Amino acid sequence: MKNLIALIAGVIFGFGLAVSKMLEPQKVIGFLDVTGQWDPTLGLVMVGALIVMTIAHQLSKDMRKPLYGEYFRFPTKQKIDAPLIAGAAIFGIGWGIGGFCPGPAITAAPLGNLPLLLGLMAYLLGVMLTMLTKQMLKPTAAA
Amino acid sequence: MQIVSINPFEALLGGILLGISTTVLLLLRGDVAGINGMITGILSWKKREVDWRVSFIIGLMLGLGAYVLFFGTESLNVAPLTNEPMVMLAGLLVGIGATIGNGCTSGHGICGIARFSTRSIVATLTFMGTAALTVYFYY
Repeated sequence: MKNLIALIAGVIFGFGLAVSKMLEPQKVIGFLDVTGQWDPTLGLVMVGALIVMTIAHQLSKDMRKPLYGEYFRFPTKQKIDAPLIAGAAIFGIGWGIGGFCPGPAITAAPLGNLPLLLGLMAYLLGVMLTMLTKQMLKPTAAA
Repeated sequence: MQIVSINPFEALLGGILLGISTTVLLLLRGDVAGINGMITGILSWKKREVDWRVSFIIGLMLGLGAYVLFFGTESLNVAPLTNEPMVMLAGLLVGIGATIGNGCTSGHGICGIARFSTRSIVATLTFMGTAALTVYFYY
């Protein structure tokens, strides 16, 4: 049941990305190209998503726990630190060059566009390398 | 600046669907729908953490399948605008950045901002900023 909920949420997300044209790098780059021919699509997509999600988050405050879960797993970090800023900055450079982020790249994979698939593989490699590096840098409690 | 003509209905409807999806995950399961977080969760290989995330990822592709059934693939142009080495560099940077910064467009940009999380607002402004600068200089 819990996995079915996640599956359905995934279907809605993937369909939403396709409907809103967010699978298309040219739409993302068009939004970021603020000094050229500006495409407001991505901004409207975020407005739509944020209206719904802000209401959902307010509702979650009045719920003791999720309907089919034990507790709400919100991130606990509060501090603005160097990894947050550096990571976001690096992410933005990649997003600007490629015009794709993780959700759209994964969703569009079955369409079989070769350059995009190469980008997706490079993305997964980037995630793995970073996870390994984080693991190695982490002070080990029981070495 | 010139504004290109778009279909605002599609954009808003698509965005609302994204919001409904993250709402389903939050209110029914208590989970935050960051796609990069799901990938790192899957790659951590902790059994309990993997199943639901894999389900969501499969769902993403089924969602694309549903769209293609209704509207075909002609309306979907997913080709990147640059050459393959640069696309791979872009993917690498997206993976490194989202994993160091603990979030991508969905996690920080949608779920985080909806919680008025200062970290997510700062992250989103930062990646929007560097992305716009990158597009300005690169394209």
